[in-house]
Amino acid sequence: MNGTTNNGTRGEPAIKVEALECGYEGKVVLQDVSFAVGRGEVFFIIGGSGCGKSTLLRHMVGLNQPTKGAVSFLGRSFTEAHAGERRAMLKTFGMLFQGGALWTSLTLRENVALPLVEYTTLTRREIEEIATLKLAQVGLGGFEDYYPAEISGGMKKRAGLARALALDPEIVFFDEPSAGLDPVTSRKLDELIMHVRETFGTTIVVVSHELASIFGIADRVIMLDRGAKGIIAEGRPRELAERSRDPRVTEFLSRGEK
Amino acid sequence: MPASEESSAARASVSTEGDSCEIALSGLWQITAERPEWERLRGKQNPARVRLRVEGVGKWDSSLILFLFEVQQWCRASGAYCDTEALPEKIRMLLAQIAASHESSVPFDRSESFLTRVGLATQDAVVQAKAISHFVGECVLGARALALSPRRFRWGDCAHEMQQCGAMALPIVSLISFLVGVTLAYTGAIVLRLYGGDIYLADLIGLSMVREMGAVMTAVVLAGRTGAAFAATLGNMKANEEIDALEVLGIPAVQFLVLPRLLALAVMMPLLALYANALGIFGGMVVAYGLLSIPPAAYWVEMLTIVDLSDISTGVIKAVAFGLIVGLAGCLRGLQAERSAMGVGRAATSAVVTALVLLVVADAIFAVAFNILGW
Repeated sequence: MNGTTNNGTRGEPAIKVEALECGYEGKVVLQDVSFAVGRGEVFFIIGGSGCGKSTLLRHMVGLNQPTKGAVSFLGRSFTEAHAGERRAMLKTFGMLFQGGALWTSLTLRENVALPLVEYTTLTRREIEEIATLKLAQVGLGGFEDYYPAEISGGMKKRAGLARALALDPEIVFFDEPSAGLDPVTSRKLDELIMHVRETFGTTIVVVSHELASIFGIADRVIMLDRGAKGIIAEGRPRELAERSRDPRVTEFLSRGEK
Repeated sequence: MPASEESSAARASVSTEGDSCEIALSGLWQITAERPEWERLRGKQNPARVRLRVEGVGKWDSSLILFLFEVQQWCRASGAYCDTEALPEKIRMLLAQIAASHESSVPFDRSESFLTRVGLATQDAVVQAKAISHFVGECVLGARALALSPRRFRWGDCAHEMQQCGAMALPIVSLISFLVGVTLAYTGAIVLRLYGGDIYLADLIGLSMVREMGAVMTAVVLAGRTGAAFAATLGNMKANEEIDALEVLGIPAVQFLVLPRLLALAVMMPLLALYANALGIFGGMVVAYGLLSIPPAAYWVEMLTIVDLSDISTGVIKAVAFGLIVGLAGCLRGLQAERSAMGVGRAATSAVVTALVLLVVADAIFAVAFNILGW
């Protein structure tokens, strides 16, 4: 189902991906991927292992350069942007990596404070206060002076989220947020994601194959397939599970219903 | 083997009738225990039909399947008919699986011709040269950006690295430099004594240490100690997506991680080299006094007749350049590391090798340049 675009967005979509081709070292992983994410939407990129979900995300946020196609954020082209423009656009989104990707030599407070140090002219005291607030928002109040090595995997994810939210971004990307977490912690992280959306109206893009999360919080999903090297389904997860005629889609989504 | 164990061991009994044979398997078939071998059981027989069956087999695992597969393979190779009908369904299924995977496995040829290897190595050399130039360029641009806005430079990290690569390296630098001075003195003494020029040992040691050995030996020590540590740290950060997290925030890894390390090495290396010079000269002095009975005062005065400020300057200039080389090699290899534990290890090794090669090349260039300049 390549070449589809989102309807139901209000005005300019938060993210627009057009005919994107992603790959590594000359090997094409995904081709002709097009979709749009509406503002304030919780959007999931789903699919089996190795289908290119994380690859797509890395190409969207500029960690890898797409070989073809374009990505726009909030109406501005990201792929065409020059370095200065791109840096300005990076401020508008945050990202939570699979393992949290906290900088191990910095405390949690310093981790959250770094984006503020880089992009704001706030005083040190103000920055520290914001960092403390962000950590408290994700339930890590009191752990400000801990180092990443001293906290659990779930706490690392939450601290990573606090850092991703440091600049109050308009879009937050999550790469496999449930990976390595127990079901209870995963659900708590889902609640946190919803809380962020409800509170700030943030657009959320999540890469996941965790069906409980998909059915629990996703407004809309696209499903990628390794063989098709692209999108094979797009829509609301429950509708896809019930109405899709593609056995790959129903098989993937029905496992969660049983 | 106790009787009970012997009775429960894996057994295969062969009964022959005309050109057919039947193999009955019994006992416990476990991969960690001994099992019968088909070739030994068969002996010189070449049956046209082999029937396999199990008879009172207790616990069994892959070893039973392996034995049956061996028989099946022999039958296929020799053209005999292998009858597996009497085997339980579960065993037949596993046997079919192993046979199928054996047939579908595609041999992967990793061997490459000499020309291919030469071509790939050349291509790799070009890629590496490009990567080094690109990285140096990035560092220069990053340094310019930070010079324009020094508030963004990570002074704290730089100070920490200075302590790590400077103060913490003092013991090993002391030991190596002192022993280099001692070794040079012993070697020089052999020749100088022949000509009665014992006192010139001070000149030899002073000049060698100040112009060459102080900077080179310190750089070698730091390449192994600090360069490898830089590569391992950055490689690990890359594996943990910490570098990606910086990039997504629009913070260049070069400015955030590389430049504080480079500056730390560029500052600490000349200081360590000067310290190494002193220790090396002291090592030579100890040998001169012990072996040649040259008083320390005479050694010192003689050394000052030949070593001047220009010699010390050449050593310091080299040390700054060597510090940058060690730092660049360590950081570059760390940022290029594959995202795995093995990748981090390879990056550390590669950082040391790269640094050593570049150090030798740079030293040769300095030797020629200083000669031309008359320094």
